[in-house]
Amino acid sequence: MTALLEVSNLSRVYEVRRGAWPFGRQATLHAVDGVSFELPAGRTLGLVGESGCGKTTTAKLVLGLVPVTGGEVRIGGESLPAAGTPSWRALRRRMQMVYQDPLGALDRRLSVGRQVMEPLAIHDIGKPAERLDKALAMLDAVGLAQHHFDRFPHELSGGQRQRIVLARALMLDPQLLVCDEPISALDVSIQAQVVNLLLALQQKLGLAYLFISHDLRMVRQVSHEVAVMYLGRIVEQGDPDRLFATPAHPYTQALVSAIPTHARAKRQRVVLPGEPPNPVDRPAGCAFHPRCRHATTRCRVEAPALRILADGRRAACHNAEQIA
Amino acid sequence: MRALHGIDLEVRRGEALGLVGESGCGKSVTWLAALGLLGSRARVGGAVRLEGRDLVGTPVAELERVRGRHIAMIFQDPSSSLNPVHRIGRQLGEALKLHRGLDGGAAEAEARRLLDRVHIADAQRRLGDYPHELSGGMNQRVMIAMALAGQPDLLVADEPTTALDATVQAQILELLGEIRRDSGMALVLISHDLGVVAENTDRVCVMYAGRIVEDAPIDTVFEAPAHPYTKGLLAALPELDGARRVLTPIAGVVPEPWNLPKGCSFAPRCDRRVDACEAAPPLPTLREADHRVACIRA
Repeated sequence: MTALLEVSNLSRVYEVRRGAWPFGRQATLHAVDGVSFELPAGRTLGLVGESGCGKTTTAKLVLGLVPVTGGEVRIGGESLPAAGTPSWRALRRRMQMVYQDPLGALDRRLSVGRQVMEPLAIHDIGKPAERLDKALAMLDAVGLAQHHFDRFPHELSGGQRQRIVLARALMLDPQLLVCDEPISALDVSIQAQVVNLLLALQQKLGLAYLFISHDLRMVRQVSHEVAVMYLGRIVEQGDPDRLFATPAHPYTQALVSAIPTHARAKRQRVVLPGEPPNPVDRPAGCAFHPRCRHATTRCRVEAPALRILADGRRAACHNAEQIA
Repeated sequence: MRALHGIDLEVRRGEALGLVGESGCGKSVTWLAALGLLGSRARVGGAVRLEGRDLVGTPVAELERVRGRHIAMIFQDPSSSLNPVHRIGRQLGEALKLHRGLDGGAAEAEARRLLDRVHIADAQRRLGDYPHELSGGMNQRVMIAMALAGQPDLLVADEPTTALDATVQAQILELLGEIRRDSGMALVLISHDLGVVAENTDRVCVMYAGRIVEDAPIDTVFEAPAHPYTKGLLAALPELDGARRVLTPIAGVVPEPWNLPKGCSFAPRCDRRVDACEAAPPLPTLREADHRVACIRA
């Protein structure tokens, strides 16, 4: 069986200038560097990592919103065409994006109903009456009432706005939804509502999610598989329960132990020294070695490849067996 | 519009108190009101007593001696709290002159000591840096150093780690805990994240729509929460280990401050609501000596 989404050796490089113009020197920023994963239909892949690790760039590369520098994205076995071409437009019907800030993603001057119907107009699908019926059905599917159809985004709460964004994304019956921090801007009591809605929609419509978040607990809640990114590369990937319970990569260990929790008294925290380095100054060898307490001489010179461990998960660490 | 509806709160010397609630519930306004930082259009009623002295209605000149010297505050976004056109050293020096009357060499030595205290490496060189040359986590360390400049008795940290990455958040929380243990300073930690508060405080007040609905020791809040809102918050949070369970969200939305229900403000979302809940806002009652709840059904 081919996966719905196949990403192989994906990379994206930006040419930047370090320091103030005109004195800065040219430098190369590897935002995403050799990322590969597969996402079968109806499943969820969680992507976690700190800001600047390349999560969002990966999401944009997958949709073709940013041109790739290297590697390939395949949807249902077909290679992703160049953005803007008619074949790319046709393929985009099958994959949609949900952003963090619903108010920014919606048009404040258009009523909710018109925005939800808009994707059908863009792709010239159905007659006006059919579009209206479908939009009303979709509002119902995301838990909104018919009277919301004529409202404007500013009249709704954050959770309701995110439901509108979801309804709009689902109008074209996509197979893949790329969700970039879909719940981060919402209040705690509303987050659970939206997460439950995402799970129910997945069950009903067989959607696949690429779910990006920095909230490890929410990622575990929704994902079938999790990939942890650090400075543009995947450092660990596997089953969420096992990955968070017994992380193999030292960076995942630190991320997990950094989560504040009431149960802290029972656990010792790994506090990492320093901060994530600037991706322009990517350390030689393993990019994580300057912050790693297990680093050896080998880590300083040789970058570890993502390899399969005994329990089936993948980790990019020379010493994964010794430190787990 | 009324943002707060009678907040009764006590912070003992050296205590760490958490203040938890969703956006708009009044956790920040409580402290801005207490320190007279709300501007002239806000009307503040009630009393704020610092070691027996009432701060509400005191002249600004007198309040300025309290701010920074007795009560210091740090905010969510450190880079907008620091002045972008002045060096770190100058901004620290300003706080030291204002609160401690230090000048010249003495101020510089103390500024260096404060940067060391918040674990900024190479303090001497960093004093000459501008805020944009430091990362978010480093800037928050500078803010903490500035707050410590006045040797306050109480530090109010308003979402101090919300803008930071997970591993940097862990560093900052560790630092706040360490400073508190060493100096005996009291800490009020405002956060929307129950986990952050759980790890760093002894007692927590849960706020909802401008009122404190539950006030209890941290273990009680997690093991035997009494207010339906606190229970709801805990049920809506996923765990990182153990079996995954379906999350139970709290139905509905937080009411707008200008459109609060007549009775208990949580009643419209509450699954234990009875008619009496809609009659009048429930008064806080003591369940145990250290556990206060505002709910007639608790």
